[in-house]
Amino acid sequence: MTTAKINFGRRSFIKSSALAGGGLMIGFNWFASLNAQAAEVVKLPNEWFEITGYLKIGENGAITIMSPNPEIGQNIKTSMPMIVAEELDVDWKNVLVEQAPLNTAIFNRQLAGGSDSIKQSWPGLRLAGATGRKMLKEAAAKKWNVPVAEITTELGILYHQKSGKKAGYGEMASAAAQIPVPKEVELKDLKDFKIIGTSRKNVDGQKIVTGQPLFGLDYKKEGMLIAMIVHPPAFGMKLKSFDATDAKAKPGIKDVFRIKIYNDDYKPQWCDTTSFTELVAIVGNSTWEVMSARDYLKVEWEPFADHKIAMAGWGGDQLVSVPAGLESTADHHAKMTAAAAQPGKIERRDGNPEEAFKNAAKVIERTYTAPFLAHTPMEPMNFFADVTADNAKLVGPIQSPESMEKTLSARLGLPLEKIDIQMTRMGGGFGRRLYGHFMVEVALISQKMKAPVKLIYSREDEITFGIYRPAYHAFYRAALDAKNNLTAFHVRMGGIPENALHANRFPAGAIDNYLAESWAIESNISVGAMRAPGSNFNAVAEQSFLDEVAEAIGKDPIQFRLDLLKRAKENPVGKRNDYDAARYAGVLELVREKSGWDKNSAGKNRGVAAYFCHSSYVANVVDLTVEKNTPIIQKVYAAVDCGIVVNPDAAINMTEGGIVDGIGQAMYGQLTLSKGQPDQDNFDSYRLIRHAEAPKEIEVHFVQNEINPTGLGEPPYPPVMGALANALYKATGTRYYHQPFVKNKFE
Amino acid sequence: MAIFNLKINKKEYKVDVDPSTPMLWVLRDHLNLVGTKFGCGIAQCGACTIHLNGEAVRSCITFISEVGVKEITTIEGLSENGDHPLQMAWIEHDVPQCGYCQSGQIMTAAALLKKNPHPSDTDIEEAMNGNICRCGTYTRIKKAIKTASHS
Ligand code: FES
Ligand code: FES
Repeated sequence: MTTAKINFGRRSFIKSSALAGGGLMIGFNWFASLNAQAAEVVKLPNEWFEITGYLKIGENGAITIMSPNPEIGQNIKTSMPMIVAEELDVDWKNVLVEQAPLNTAIFNRQLAGGSDSIKQSWPGLRLAGATGRKMLKEAAAKKWNVPVAEITTELGILYHQKSGKKAGYGEMASAAAQIPVPKEVELKDLKDFKIIGTSRKNVDGQKIVTGQPLFGLDYKKEGMLIAMIVHPPAFGMKLKSFDATDAKAKPGIKDVFRIKIYNDDYKPQWCDTTSFTELVAIVGNSTWEVMSARDYLKVEWEPFADHKIAMAGWGGDQLVSVPAGLESTADHHAKMTAAAAQPGKIERRDGNPEEAFKNAAKVIERTYTAPFLAHTPMEPMNFFADVTADNAKLVGPIQSPESMEKTLSARLGLPLEKIDIQMTRMGGGFGRRLYGHFMVEVALISQKMKAPVKLIYSREDEITFGIYRPAYHAFYRAALDAKNNLTAFHVRMGGIPENALHANRFPAGAIDNYLAESWAIESNISVGAMRAPGSNFNAVAEQSFLDEVAEAIGKDPIQFRLDLLKRAKENPVGKRNDYDAARYAGVLELVREKSGWDKNSAGKNRGVAAYFCHSSYVANVVDLTVEKNTPIIQKVYAAVDCGIVVNPDAAINMTEGGIVDGIGQAMYGQLTLSKGQPDQDNFDSYRLIRHAEAPKEIEVHFVQNEINPTGLGEPPYPPVMGALANALYKATGTRYYHQPFVKNKFE
Repeated sequence: MAIFNLKINKKEYKVDVDPSTPMLWVLRDHLNLVGTKFGCGIAQCGACTIHLNGEAVRSCITFISEVGVKEITTIEGLSENGDHPLQMAWIEHDVPQCGYCQSGQIMTAAALLKKNPHPSDTDIEEAMNGNICRCGTYTRIKKAIKTASHS
């Protein structure tokens, strides 16, 4: 048992009520309805006692655990409460889970991003559970008049062995709620875990398969209006004027007006987007009426001039240049090619790479590119707001509620405590919902209408709004000596408007002479974080390149990587290497073993890749065949090291999803532009992977260790793209340098 | 506007909407049946799949005026207690990630199994190809359909 200090603060001061199971902290009936299903499984108590801000216990032993972070499909609403339940020492079948609202007084980092939810919350969630257990023990000790150290717990029951006394948590809940939050608690030993490491079903599973309201788009309130927006049709344009006469005459339409997303003196923060800051809003009674009437709006747009935006950054204000003009993909390609021909900004330099290249017996040079991508989460952007003169209530899908509350506060002129944000389950996000401009938009619309409003984006609105994954370009060089030793490695990476370089990741640290350079081209196309930012290109380019280098050297591609990692482990070059070479090698060894790489590869079109990002390590082997000029992904093996696996089956699901997504993006994903206008705007033109194109089989293995857990939302996504490119080469004899691969070859 | 009488999930409903309104929005906005999801609005993603006389259709392009006396089934009415073999198989395989596409997936799969109780892998891929899962749960969906087809 370890002793841990409590640092997560006090109990919340929210009143309990007998109705609790759902809606207790929330008050909307819509939310109360959400727990109906669960109540049939867990019997609701007559009274809930709030033990800490994280948990309530009913007199009958039912437990409610708050899930603090936004659920985006990463299973956090199940796996986070599992951690609390473990340390609380209760039976999982008595647990109800409730999505917590944004509450910075109780919860830390209520953010879905960076694959960090579990990693960052692990200690806090364990403490939250252990604190509850300690308070229950103290309550029992007091009641039975015995030393607290003599009290033990098991599955929601308190025992005092000497006296033979025992009591359920429910019986002690009311007394425990009066116990002061302890200063120190004991945490379980890992070997005593009963819930963590066992597969538990998605807590919302039954609601999902029966179509119960769960998502932002499903949210309703009496008297609610529906709104849509119109944004400029092209990057480089802004709103000039509009004529709403015809649209306003359509049935059900209440109003049409201009909204301005930021005040003039506002400095946008990281989660604010600055591409389309003035929009036309149309408001009416029902979705179809608003959608139909919107077509009758006559809007005039005009080009904007070069300008600079002062962004509030972590390291102080930053001036971002936004060039004028209507950009096209063809121009982007020309600009990237030109930029890549020039030396970039040196980000890391080890040894003497120039000398090594000069003396090389052989130099391998390759260029890789990838297009802009749109996030396209399945649930289109939407949000609900009810803004009055002195407060604002917002409900919907958002990855970054805490930051967006600040943006809203600045725009609405309301203090933070007057803004209430409730998070619904999200129909995906992939980073798109880190940028909550739609919350500001709906708040402004509600304020103007003096009514509750739900804003809905069409798929076209969302795909053409921007916040794309940047377009990337990478130029690699490797120097080999006469004995085929890799003597130098050079990467020059760029992008529009930012690059993907992680200069201190593998193979940095494994090669004596190493040079990493970066460049970027200004653009008015807005970009944002998309699942494994940077890594989602880096992994493909670098892992394809390493495959080619291994081939040129005449080494097995896994052994080649392992040899480099051995060097990085035993005698690393430089000090700033971001990865743990032993864990990196571990996933490669595991995937080699599980895929039968050494024995079983004959006659197969196999590719391998491994990558480290967001603190986790993943290696893949892809097996494919090409039939009628179409690649069929027969099997993907994954070896994953994310430390302790909290909910194994859900972790496998997440890994499978990352693999399918990676294959889809690499094969089909692209957003191109003509004169500032996206060429794709819905799923007929923006290609996503479909059933028949998904791998026939995926096999996931985890490295078993006792390292604190790290995230899985992002790490399984990048490496499979490299393994795919390498397997395609095996099958076709052609290397795949440019994404999407279908365009490259299979069309 | 016009009055329409609909039979949905074995219940009678009356709505007063424009005849050009897609069933998707009739269900979601007017009848509070929000299990049918909006994903693309152009019959490309399958999130809005419902049954019209047992056939899977895309409700985003099915106008209310085309429905007539045909019986509608939505995810809410697929089974009385949420225990259709597909729903149970979905839980058994813990299929959903975000979950948003899943009611549409289940409705398409239910129509498939009605016609073809023991589909092959290829049958499943073909029938399900119009339903996008952005989270990439395809392999689990296939397993769940097979489990349901054996039950
Ligand atoms: S919303 Fe109907 S198919 Fe996508
Ligand atoms: S589970 Fe998220 S789109 Fe299918």
